[in-house]
Amino acid sequence: MTARRFLLAAVSLIALPQVVHAQDFVITNATVAKGDGSEPISGGVVEVRGGKVVYAGPAMGQAMETDTVIDVAGMWVTPGIFAAVTDIGLADVGGVSESNDTSANSSPFNAALDVATSINPSSQDIAVTRVGGVTRATVAPSPGKSIFAGQGALIDTGADPDAVTEARAFQLVTLGEGGARLAGGSRVASEVTLRNALREARAFADGKWGGDDAMLTRADAAALGPVVAGKQKLYIRVERASDIRTLLAMKQEFQQLDMVLVGVSEGWLVAKELAASGVPVIADPLDDLPSSFEQLAATQSNVGRMTQAGVKVAIGGIAAFDQPRNLKQYAGNLVALQKVPRAAGLSWGQALASITSIPAAISGMGGKLGVLAPGAAADVVVWDGDPLELSSAPVHVFIDGVQQPLENHQTRLRDRYKNLDESALPKAYDW
Amino acid sequence: MQFRTLALLGGMIALAACSTTGDSRPGTSSKNAATENGAPFPSTYKPYPGVPTALVGATVFDGAGAKIENGTVLLAGGKVVAIGGPDLAIPAEYTRIDGVGKFVTPGVIDIHSHLGDYASPAVEANSDGNEATSPTTPEVWAEHSVWPQDPGFSRALANGGVTSLQILPGSANLMGGRSVTLKNIPSRTVQGMKFPGAPYGFKMACGENPKRVYGGKGRMPSTRMGNFAVNRQTWLDAKKYAAGDRKNRDLAKETLAGALDGQILVHNHCYRADEMALVIDMAKEMGYKVSAFHHAVESYKIGDLLKENDICSAIWADWYGFKMESYDGIPENAAILQREGACVVIHSDDANGIQRLNQEAAKAQASGRRMGITIADADVISWFTRNPAKAMGIDKQTGSLEAGKMADVVLWNGNPLSIYSRPEKVWIDGALMYDYDNPKMRPVSDFELGQPGEGDVK
Repeated sequence: MTARRFLLAAVSLIALPQVVHAQDFVITNATVAKGDGSEPISGGVVEVRGGKVVYAGPAMGQAMETDTVIDVAGMWVTPGIFAAVTDIGLADVGGVSESNDTSANSSPFNAALDVATSINPSSQDIAVTRVGGVTRATVAPSPGKSIFAGQGALIDTGADPDAVTEARAFQLVTLGEGGARLAGGSRVASEVTLRNALREARAFADGKWGGDDAMLTRADAAALGPVVAGKQKLYIRVERASDIRTLLAMKQEFQQLDMVLVGVSEGWLVAKELAASGVPVIADPLDDLPSSFEQLAATQSNVGRMTQAGVKVAIGGIAAFDQPRNLKQYAGNLVALQKVPRAAGLSWGQALASITSIPAAISGMGGKLGVLAPGAAADVVVWDGDPLELSSAPVHVFIDGVQQPLENHQTRLRDRYKNLDESALPKAYDW
Repeated sequence: MQFRTLALLGGMIALAACSTTGDSRPGTSSKNAATENGAPFPSTYKPYPGVPTALVGATVFDGAGAKIENGTVLLAGGKVVAIGGPDLAIPAEYTRIDGVGKFVTPGVIDIHSHLGDYASPAVEANSDGNEATSPTTPEVWAEHSVWPQDPGFSRALANGGVTSLQILPGSANLMGGRSVTLKNIPSRTVQGMKFPGAPYGFKMACGENPKRVYGGKGRMPSTRMGNFAVNRQTWLDAKKYAAGDRKNRDLAKETLAGALDGQILVHNHCYRADEMALVIDMAKEMGYKVSAFHHAVESYKIGDLLKENDICSAIWADWYGFKMESYDGIPENAAILQREGACVVIHSDDANGIQRLNQEAAKAQASGRRMGITIADADVISWFTRNPAKAMGIDKQTGSLEAGKMADVVLWNGNPLSIYSRPEKVWIDGALMYDYDNPKMRPVSDFELGQPGEGDVK
């Protein structure tokens, strides 16, 4: 199709072709939610050129140059969901250990472990997640026998061989009850383990590392160098209020640490301190059970209360049974909380931001991912209704402006078992 | 959160993978194994006081497939007195509650819960769901593991509108033991929660868990064929016992005889379609009936067979892929089953999921709609009200809003199939047990007293 100029008001529906390369297109007649915290705009337009968003907002009657116009007849358009701290692409079946690369219990290495090379873009978890409207994710390893789980990656969920957007995007360390067990049996031990590792890494970076006396392997000491220097983010799993305070205090010795806290069930109890520190949080928003002694104060109002206090909070850390494609359900629940007396929730716009622009920004991709704004990657999802509503699902998914297939193992099974008729041939021939 | 999940996947798939089967026939025989030995540990539950209450103007889903706009529901004496439209007369002594713009459903029922037997906090000391020392333990009763102070019960009430639930043993064993059906009512004792007159359930498990747990200990079963061999021999021994005078008490065989009598409902954890088909034939060979397959992620492949055998599928909306036998789970499972005319139950198996059974049902409904299967809201509501009641054998007492049934009722602040809705008030046997407008009208377990977050909205 050749480029042409037209006035948006005069456009009629053009069927969307299947494309494999980034294509320039304009989505019209859309309910546009930009993901930046603002409320949705009806009659909106999204213009994509060269894999980037050029414009997203109300139709102003402006002229645009494009290959393709997609009139979505009032359907919703959002940035793709950004799933923070997942394990997609690292396992085919969680319970099948041969297929599971999330942790390395017997490896001599820990901080040096780097998931980027092990992510399988063809895994069904990625395909299922993509169909759910999730276009980007941070993928984290799980701890093996150290509090350092290793380095996570930022990926896209596109149906192409090139999944990794940013390798070694962060280091993940586990504190609290889990970290205490890994470090030898107590929080006292995990605190020393963390401080010692950071000191050794700093010594290594300064050329003063005495390898024979060190606790870290050479590879692990090298890997933690960027963390100590604040050049690589340090994600820290932590839940209890007192553990959060202890961590924030650690910045006094290691001032350059670029910390992101993950979990944070009791964050609302220290929301002021968190806000003052500027340390962002990735929280599981529906955790409301005292499932451990470090989560006694867990409540679904945690995210809302931290947000009100000025903490930058993304929803994430959803793995295994609770799937990244359900992040929108998690976000929607926080909107529902607004109507529950004494609860703290999020506005609709904030809720969408908590699964798009905020996790992107926490990943260091503010303005580049997770938002429909000029210059951002054209990760665009068209939904058949309010994206946070249970009844809604994606109709089109674009990543970097490339339209994505919406088929996977599940949709093929669905199609095969649309009926149970085997009168002519067994089901195995229906494909 | 992730640690807990990982723990499940690594060492304790049994917890996530526990399942139950239930018999859809409520016990009617006089030869009731559950009671003939003196009905030990009897229910001491008595409904709390309520006032005659009229819910006026809400959209009412009765749980049995009907929807009434601008409805009226009358509750008194612990029972549903009447249900109707705006013309239904409201006696003067009734307290009126304005339901305009709101929705009323029967109390939510979870057929598959481990609240109390895998209580919060999830520490080893509270891990009481799997007697994983023998592949067949029909002699254990879940009620002896239930800790009534599990804070999870209150979350299920306030966020999920859950009024009745079945607590099952886990799925480490082929035969996990008896389940117990509870009213979701705080109590000092488990007897104070037991659903009066509910039949017992009997938990069985197919597939990966039993063969992994016992194969890993170097003993039978270590294969699926081993699973069936152990099951069949155990049933044969039980049949011999059941055919005798039963005077020599044997706790294991009393449970199995109760299942053979149809008095104890069989709930069978089973993921794969081919295995369910084998279980159906095993049940026919031995003379018992499966009430429900639990975690039945592949039921959509055999909806015809399940309908023909009158077996419910207790399922999640979209869980899949966490273990090999869950690899073929699809979000359209419920809708395809419904189209085949088979019985659908949405279950949780999870202390978080039990707070959102309505949301899971709504997702399953939407997945069906996108493949061309339209299911009315009123039918979807029955997936977490009447249908589980039927599979648990308590549908004569609860599960739908009909005159004479228990006044187990939820008033929602919007359509329960919308993400934006929450329970506003919950009645159990006509007593108001949760009211989101009243900070004191929410249960706080002993465990939470004096702790951070006591009495919070959660």
